Amino acid sequence: MSITYLEAIREAQAHALRDDPRVFIYGQDVGPFGGAFKATKNLAKEFPGRVLDSPISEDAMVGLAVGAAIEGLRPIIEMQFADFATVGFNQIVNQAATLFWRTQVPCPVTVRLPFGGTSGGGPFHSQCMEAIYAHYPGLVVLTPATVEDAYSMLLEAVAIDDPVIYCEHKFLYYHLKAEKLPSEALPVGKARIAREGRDLTIVTYSAMVHEALEAATELAAEGWEIEVVDLRSVKPLDTDTVMASVARTGRLLCVGESWPWGGVTAEVIARVTTEGYGLLDVPPQRLNAKDTPVPYHPNLWTAHRPTARAVAAAARKMLRL
Amino acid sequence: MLQTELQPGSRENPASGRESHLAAYRFMLLARLLDDKLAALYRAGKIHGGVFLGRGQEALSASVGVSLKKSDVFAPLIRDAAGRLAFGETVVDALRNYLGSSLGPMRGRDGNVHRGRPREGYLPMISHLGAMISVANGVLFARRMKGISGTVGAVCIGDGATSTGAFHEALNQAAVEKLPLVLIVADNQYAYSTPTTRQFACDSLADKAAGYGVGAHSVDGTDLSACLKTVGGAVQSARAGQGPQLVVANLLRLCGHGEHDDAGYIDPKLKASPLGRDCLKVAEEFLLRQEWADAAQLAVWRSNAVHEIEEAAAQVQREPAPDPFAEDWQAVSTGHLNEGHEL
Repeated sequence: MSITYLEAIREAQAHALRDDPRVFIYGQDVGPFGGAFKATKNLAKEFPGRVLDSPISEDAMVGLAVGAAIEGLRPIIEMQFADFATVGFNQIVNQAATLFWRTQVPCPVTVRLPFGGTSGGGPFHSQCMEAIYAHYPGLVVLTPATVEDAYSMLLEAVAIDDPVIYCEHKFLYYHLKAEKLPSEALPVGKARIAREGRDLTIVTYSAMVHEALEAATELAAEGWEIEVVDLRSVKPLDTDTVMASVARTGRLLCVGESWPWGGVTAEVIARVTTEGYGLLDVPPQRLNAKDTPVPYHPNLWTAHRPTARAVAAAARKMLRL
Repeated sequence: MLQTELQPGSRENPASGRESHLAAYRFMLLARLLDDKLAALYRAGKIHGGVFLGRGQEALSASVGVSLKKSDVFAPLIRDAAGRLAFGETVVDALRNYLGSSLGPMRGRDGNVHRGRPREGYLPMISHLGAMISVANGVLFARRMKGISGTVGAVCIGDGATSTGAFHEALNQAAVEKLPLVLIVADNQYAYSTPTTRQFACDSLADKAAGYGVGAHSVDGTDLSACLKTVGGAVQSARAGQGPQLVVANLLRLCGHGEHDDAGYIDPKLKASPLGRDCLKVAEEFLLRQEWADAAQLAVWRSNAVHEIEEAAAQVQREPAPDPFAEDWQAVSTGHLNEGHEL
């Protein structure tokens, strides 16, 4: 018996619907069809009237969720692909994210963004959007990297009284498996040490955690002990755990699948260099995707995003310094 | 206070009776005089940011407000002082938001027309006005899910907002969900300076209703009687379960987009046309003609309204401004999820 990352997302939603009558799911094809990725499989049948197909209207989907949240419900919005959520961007960043601050009325909306690259996805089904949402005040941005986190963080997202951007990585949907669902978890806002080491810290999140772990295994064969920090939530960002790790290793490499200009990796390096400059033995480095749209062909795609090999190569350069 | 006297939102069927005309007129008058006061405060440098008035749109706006019940949902546009007052907002709250009082509904965090009390069904606009339609849809959708029936949601926009994608998505969404939405479009001939010829190409914005499968209503926005009848009828249809209703009112904005704008772009021919009539004067003449009020009565109402506004303005100007050192500077309601918070 094992459960995939995608099944964990479905189970978390079933759990939320079962436990809380205020929860409903609204999105394209989420009803009887069960969603483009089957993340809502059978939920419409199990919870009649609470798992509803929306028109292809990302703006109105999020707007409706904000109105329902004002009225005390706890909507989960499924964007079919994170890339399409740009059409609902205004409602997310200007409506949902400002409501509490402006009016003191909380806005408990969860927006699920199936994000990140998969082979053959191409420019409009592969984007990593976490940084642009993290930039806006008023949003919580989660990036689970494990089956356990996919489950527990989605449950927590629904329970949080604020708009949560839940970034679920499509690359992890099927191949990432766990034996069972967790009964307890780290709280949102806390990073996790995914692997302990003393020579270099890799700070990363979501699918890149697995590339970093693979790189760490490769480097272990060469005698290096790499520490991997899984941020889990990019906003709020657990600077303390990052800083403590860098204090142990003196070397910081930040890895992200999103584009290089600004973003989470830049933010982590900015924080460590401003608050912990003296902890660093060598200049910190960052590794991101290339500054082009995400390519379609697997040959181009694997060269566009950081891979375990690229992470190991970047780390090696720093370890030689 | 006019709201107490007239019990806002208590009129079930305002269609054409004396009482609803008088109530609507008094909210129009109060709104016009409040706007005059806001313009004066702006010119005196007492208001930070813009001031946006509803001159020429009060008949439509008041008709929306008096057609709603207190338990309904209202998302006004920037020229809806009359509708807001009729829905139950106080003159004090309106002034607080313009003057940035920390006691106001937005506590100085947002200003001027950006105000509301969402938990009371009074939705605070964001500047992207078309985006408010789907939020009202959400409130109506949630109420239906909770088993609450009989609620209507009124959303007011201008001709400009009908060109936004949000308008299309939300009106279609309301139609698909058969929500009791009344979408009121004040076609005031200009979106800021852009004339309707550069905004849309159909004959009337009401033509759009058929494409969405919603009810269509057109009305002369300068005529209070017509507005009460049409808006009241649309609200009744929505409440009776006939799905979304689109009301398009033709009128002319009798001021600039904001008080910073001299509106030199408005075609003089429009000003001289029936669209350019001042709806407040039209309503006054109607009341006098019907002998529902005499000149002395109108003068008393005017003087009472001025008194209420002056008293409120004096009070609000003595209220504390927001204190940056007392601010928590936290945009997330869950305390420990704010950046910089010690976990």
